[in-house]
Amino acid sequence: MDLVLLFFIFVLAAFLGLELISKVPSQLHTPLMSGSNAISGITIVGAIVATGANEDGTTGMILGLLALIFATINVVGGYLVTDRMLQMFKKKGK
Amino acid sequence: MEFDSIINLAYVIAATLFVFGIKMLGSAETARRGNMVSGIGMLIAVVVTLLDREILDYKWIVAGLIIGALIGGIAARVVKMTSMPELVALFNGFGGFASLLVAWAELEKIESLGWQLYTGQMGTPAQFSSFVIYLAMLIGGVTFTGSLYAYGKLSGRVSGRALVFGGQKFLNILLLVAILGIGVVFTWGENLDTASSLFVIGVCLALIFGVMGVMPIGGGDMPVVISLLNSCSGLAASAAGFVIGNNVLIVAGCLVGASGLILTVIMCKAMNRSLGNVLFSGFGAASQSSGDDDDREPKAISAEDAYYVMEAASSVVFIPGYGMAVAQAQHVVKELAELLEENGAEVNFAIHPVAGRMPGHMNVLLAEADVPYEQLVEMDNINPIMPTVDVAVVIGANDVVNPAAANDESSPIYGMPIIEAHNAKTVFILKRGQGKGFSGLVNKLFVMDNSRMIYGDAKATISAMVNELKG
Repeated sequence: MDLVLLFFIFVLAAFLGLELISKVPSQLHTPLMSGSNAISGITIVGAIVATGANEDGTTGMILGLLALIFATINVVGGYLVTDRMLQMFKKKGK
Repeated sequence: MEFDSIINLAYVIAATLFVFGIKMLGSAETARRGNMVSGIGMLIAVVVTLLDREILDYKWIVAGLIIGALIGGIAARVVKMTSMPELVALFNGFGGFASLLVAWAELEKIESLGWQLYTGQMGTPAQFSSFVIYLAMLIGGVTFTGSLYAYGKLSGRVSGRALVFGGQKFLNILLLVAILGIGVVFTWGENLDTASSLFVIGVCLALIFGVMGVMPIGGGDMPVVISLLNSCSGLAASAAGFVIGNNVLIVAGCLVGASGLILTVIMCKAMNRSLGNVLFSGFGAASQSSGDDDDREPKAISAEDAYYVMEAASSVVFIPGYGMAVAQAQHVVKELAELLEENGAEVNFAIHPVAGRMPGHMNVLLAEADVPYEQLVEMDNINPIMPTVDVAVVIGANDVVNPAAANDESSPIYGMPIIEAHNAKTVFILKRGQGKGFSGLVNKLFVMDNSRMIYGDAKATISAMVNELKG
């Protein structure tokens, strides 16, 4: 893939990220953090390819599998815990 | 070719959902849906990745997904709300570690293919691949051990105090130079045999550096560290995206990196300190006895006597801090607040942005105890009405109510915005003992004429008041 294009995407995403959450009430700081933390588990995509594309038993596959386990914990745990927190905020919100 | 376009198109959709998800997380009404939207984005990304033609075998993928989902799911279900900061730190560290491993797996792939074949496939120069592999490893590794150490500090497994020793800065600089030096050799070295041993050394150094970086940072500065590490885990994912040339990783990781940075800046502002100061000063490590001329003794009062004042009050403000989390007093505080309201008083909770150990820590605890959202007042809104408040009850907070921050220019925390509890007509301070706060500073609030200390466990104290009110 074209390198410059990747950088282009990166820079735009950075500005977007900076703009997105300029004014967040402090009440939501924790859920925002844990929710975005779950998104950073996107590295799961790389882990899936690394696990599946390498031959069985190679170092690459084992590293990939480890990555996959850790990334999945990050993703699944992150989303669920955020949801639990937000549910708590919600129920008395009326 | 066409198939790849479909995958990439799905990635665009996933990235869009992440953007919307983060946006929606920023507002109370839409936050929960926002989290689900971003979760759907993640699901789409995972599912289309499974269609990738490079994948030869699914059994390990399925196994990895199941194991990870089970561990993550159970951890998320059983954790107590009071342990939320450490769990978030732990998950965060895992994300960073996964990015490190993805970079490592890619290096293995390069070794099995050889540079010529690999660069032909990727269409990027060898130096670029080496560079981003090293970068993803470095950020991921630092995030991993930094988060684990933060987890240890937050859960009380290791001392939460800032740890400073002689030559620490020198050692850190030495480490950093070594990491960068190896990175340069790794990036421009042609030999794949040395590359892999250099990489392993780099991994070790990065892991050590993560621990060293968090070591001199004390408990009260944890909100900053946690949000910074959060930002780092995003950047690590983004770097891993450059490694495997995958744009959804680049975008999603970068979004997290940038939004985490914003949160970090907000936290720093709430303490009126620069990020550099938080990271490198070892703040709170040395208990500076700042030649204090004020030798007035704090006046103590019993919970029963305090109750009579509370009963007569028409407006009460609770100011919670980390001590409330430690004592797990949020439920009894809520009970007390309800009784006071029935008694005709107006009750509010004043929340300082850095009270507790993670951004928004107090909000989570009070929400768990069912305190209505309308009663949670941010610092800037409560301060103007503070002089009209009859009783301010400080529960396990210290530095965030220290008037020295407002009026003592020689104080290390001078300029930090505080909740002006000292302006209330009466201040009750619930405190376990006579120890100092995280900053190690003497708190002038405790010796003021309108202040009364109530020593003892916050939960027991509040329970005693609740019983008086009921009785």
